Amino acid sequence: MPDLLLELRSEEIPARMQRKAAGDLQKLVTDGLVDAGLTYEAARAYWTPRRLALDVRGVTARSADLSEERKGPRTDAPQKAIDGFLRGAGLASADQAEIRTDPKKGAFYVAVIAKPGRPAEDLIAELIPEVIRGFPWPKSMRWGPASARPGSLRWVRPLQSILCTFGPETEDPQVIDFEIDGLRSSNITYGHRFMAPEPITVKRFDDYIAGLEKARVVLDADRRKDIIRTDAMNLAFANGLELVEDEGLLEEVAGLVEWPVVLMGEFEEAFLHIPAEVIRLTIRANQKCFVCRNRSVGDGEKDSLSNRFVLVANVEATDGGTQIAAGNGRVVRARLSDALYFWKTDQADLPDLELLAASAQKLALDLSKPLDQRMARLDNLAVTFHAKLGTQGERVQRIRDFAGFIARQIGADPDLAIRAAVLAKADLATEVVGEFPELQGLMGRRYADLQGEPAPVAEAIEMHYRPQGPNDSVPGDPVSVAVALADKLDTLIGFWTIDEKPTGSKDPYALRRAALGVIRIVLENSIELPLRGLISERPGQPAMEPAVLEDLIAFFHDRLTVYLRDKDARHDLIDSVLTDQSDDLLTVVQKVEALAAFLETDDGKNLLAGTKRAANIVSAERKRGAEISTGLVDPSRFESDQETVLFDAAAEAGAVASAAIVRSDFTAAMHALAGLRQPIDAFFDTVHVNAEDPDLRSNRLALLESIREATGAVADFSKIAG
Amino acid sequence: MTASGSHHMDPKRSFQGLILTLHNFWAEYGCVVLQPYDMEVGAGTFHPATTLRALGPKRWNAAYVQPSRRPTDGRYGENPNRLQHYYQYQVILKPSPSDLQELYLKSLYAIGIDPVLHDIRFVEDDWESPTLGAWGLGWECWCDGMEVSQFTYFQQVCGVECAPVAGELTYGLERLAMYVQGVDSIYDLNFNGRDGDEKVSYGDIFLQTEQEYSRFNFEIADTSILLRHFDDAEKQCRDILEAGAGRSANVHQCVFPAYDQCIKASHVFNLLDARGVISVTERQSYILRVRALSKACGEAYLLTDAGGVTGKAA
Repeated sequence: MPDLLLELRSEEIPARMQRKAAGDLQKLVTDGLVDAGLTYEAARAYWTPRRLALDVRGVTARSADLSEERKGPRTDAPQKAIDGFLRGAGLASADQAEIRTDPKKGAFYVAVIAKPGRPAEDLIAELIPEVIRGFPWPKSMRWGPASARPGSLRWVRPLQSILCTFGPETEDPQVIDFEIDGLRSSNITYGHRFMAPEPITVKRFDDYIAGLEKARVVLDADRRKDIIRTDAMNLAFANGLELVEDEGLLEEVAGLVEWPVVLMGEFEEAFLHIPAEVIRLTIRANQKCFVCRNRSVGDGEKDSLSNRFVLVANVEATDGGTQIAAGNGRVVRARLSDALYFWKTDQADLPDLELLAASAQKLALDLSKPLDQRMARLDNLAVTFHAKLGTQGERVQRIRDFAGFIARQIGADPDLAIRAAVLAKADLATEVVGEFPELQGLMGRRYADLQGEPAPVAEAIEMHYRPQGPNDSVPGDPVSVAVALADKLDTLIGFWTIDEKPTGSKDPYALRRAALGVIRIVLENSIELPLRGLISERPGQPAMEPAVLEDLIAFFHDRLTVYLRDKDARHDLIDSVLTDQSDDLLTVVQKVEALAAFLETDDGKNLLAGTKRAANIVSAERKRGAEISTGLVDPSRFESDQETVLFDAAAEAGAVASAAIVRSDFTAAMHALAGLRQPIDAFFDTVHVNAEDPDLRSNRLALLESIREATGAVADFSKIAG
Repeated sequence: MTASGSHHMDPKRSFQGLILTLHNFWAEYGCVVLQPYDMEVGAGTFHPATTLRALGPKRWNAAYVQPSRRPTDGRYGENPNRLQHYYQYQVILKPSPSDLQELYLKSLYAIGIDPVLHDIRFVEDDWESPTLGAWGLGWECWCDGMEVSQFTYFQQVCGVECAPVAGELTYGLERLAMYVQGVDSIYDLNFNGRDGDEKVSYGDIFLQTEQEYSRFNFEIADTSILLRHFDDAEKQCRDILEAGAGRSANVHQCVFPAYDQCIKASHVFNLLDARGVISVTERQSYILRVRALSKACGEAYLLTDAGGVTGKAA
């Protein structure tokens, strides 16, 4: 069966779009083949910066013959209707239609329209131009003289040539001939832009990929990645270094070259004074080069960055790459000079300090210190945080007050928390963070260290952004915890107040992440912190609308459930413990844990069974209209010891468990409930609940209800599976 | 290949030799070689030979050097790679020829960059000028990791769709010169290609001006005067456009002078930005004000002879 080879050669395609574009090409063409009535055995797409290619194997040579029947009007229908039917079916006269009869309709016309199969070549010649014209590039363009006309061809960058061959393995394939905006398909491609620019005549995929390889083009991107990874690691190793691997950069670089050549460049060691993260980002973002670490002899100094870096060229230079490496080194040096300038500027005084006096006073900033100056400038420039939530300066004031308040609750030093909160966003006004926004927090910490801030303050400036996700580390120092909680809660409270909550997949302000951050900080540091009280008592801010606050609490419950489920906690246990009133996240989790452990024990399993039995009976009777409440239990109507014992046990277990819960002693609470097991079992063994006497019956039902009340101090047992 | 064949005109030795080589190359191709625009602009793109003439259906091939001012990039002459005043070499070809990449590479070869000795790369760059209401797709062109040019297929300029599309090449002259001369500081560039006492370096000419303009841009420029100039330029631009449009319904008679005022407003905004007196929210509104001017100029240009209007009024 014939194979199809397609290559769309263009000017350089952005690296980040190549992989998806190749996938789209494969899907559009193979779907199109199937829609046209063809089948194929296998397909694979390839890409380089200058081409998308598609190899489809085992395509059927023509589509199958089909015949379509179309029912028409009755033979005695008005002539107008019959003529219309014939015209629509493409028949010249009624003789060409069949006449059929059925009992309901009588005699009527049927047109049998034969659709003969078509050669695959014709179908492909129609399909490919359609695919090219409708290609889903994220951004496309027009070019050349054709762009003077509306509706001209669009591609990601100018399309230079189309190669399209089709044929069985045993014969010479033929070119599928078509033309789009003056571009005619052929069996010609070209090799590497500089090393092998001559035309290559192609028959099918095998000689295509081999011909390209000879012409210095590695067609397979994953092979280019492997070559780069291996060569880079070997080159680093041979120089006594270790490559700092970077999968994202590797993917990008593989999309920038057709013929990867790995070389090593270097810069002056003096630049190593710049923080390593800044060097790595400078070299990565601007130069798309990999950095290296010095291979440590012992365990110390593990992270020291080397002044040599690995670059990937697209050409085997005639001088072995000496000039390329030297040139790259020069550019990296220029970039690092800039980074050094930013790094030093951030440590020097700002001009116009007198303009910052008011801001300094408002935030108790010390204008002799560089980072304080940056915060004053951030406030002075009135940079907007969000149109409805005020400026960054106003936000910092809120976070400051809140962080001090939280610090007092969790036993952190409030003065340090306030100082850290005031400086937490200052690095947004530094040059380095302006250049590399992903270094926010980290740079603030560096500058805080340099101006002699206490260690917990410096740490909190970095850590208050954490955790950034489910796997990021959580702040542990109390000052960091206070600022991190204040920052995240302020964000949540703010966006809830202006009703900008996450919906579906949309969460532009990363509020889910903020809530998860609060949850992880509280749980992983074992902090008891009732949210309602914390939010409604925060100083200096208007109280939240009660309904809005409850909605925010519900959001926390929702996030907590997701978090616990990810931790493989039992869904039913979370439900049984969580109520609308639940306020303290740590308590919820500890209850779930204690409950899970308790339910593993014999006492727990039997108590659960007994409690469920009691609840089932009660709810069945309720459905029949019985009014049951524990207040109605009348001990004087007990007829057996088992009733008395259960009544006393339930009262005691309920009281002891509630008291234990207040102390957060969940093991004791479970232990108290365990004492109920025997009395419940004994009750069911000996007492007949559905007594003849209606008063006696309702008294016994009320007694069962008291079990639910007692266990309810810990959880809603009816929600527990089993 | 050198401009005149003499040693001191070698583009690898002399800044002016580099410029003259590019002039020769693009003149050979058929471009009109223009002179810099006589106003302060942030980039060669602002020259009306690019912004306005990229619009409309008429064929247009031009090349020129444009001094470019970016007040915020001033470093008091202390950074060897950054200046608030530098030169761009600008080529605009409408419609974009199908071999534009090849032409560009040949021009690099002409100034001494051999593509089998150096690593030349086309790296994605979506170009956008918010103040000009313009965007295009193309690349940063890298030579051994250094961005030496920008290469753009204009899709829209002054808010108007380009039909046909023009190709724009912008060479960073200092960077290219540093590269081919093999120096690490702009100020060390040999300007005239001579040796000894006869040699004039880039620093001889521009170090003092960089220091002075950095002082002016960051410290001295009077912001209240600048704010007034911005408003004045904006008003004048609109007044000129209104006057030019008033004379006939479908033909505009005064676009270039109005566009000058748009350029002026844009530069004043850059100065205000360097003085740090524009907050983030204000920044956006200034950009939108300049964009509104450039859009109005672009629309008016299409009603002129150069913009391809047919049926010229008497």
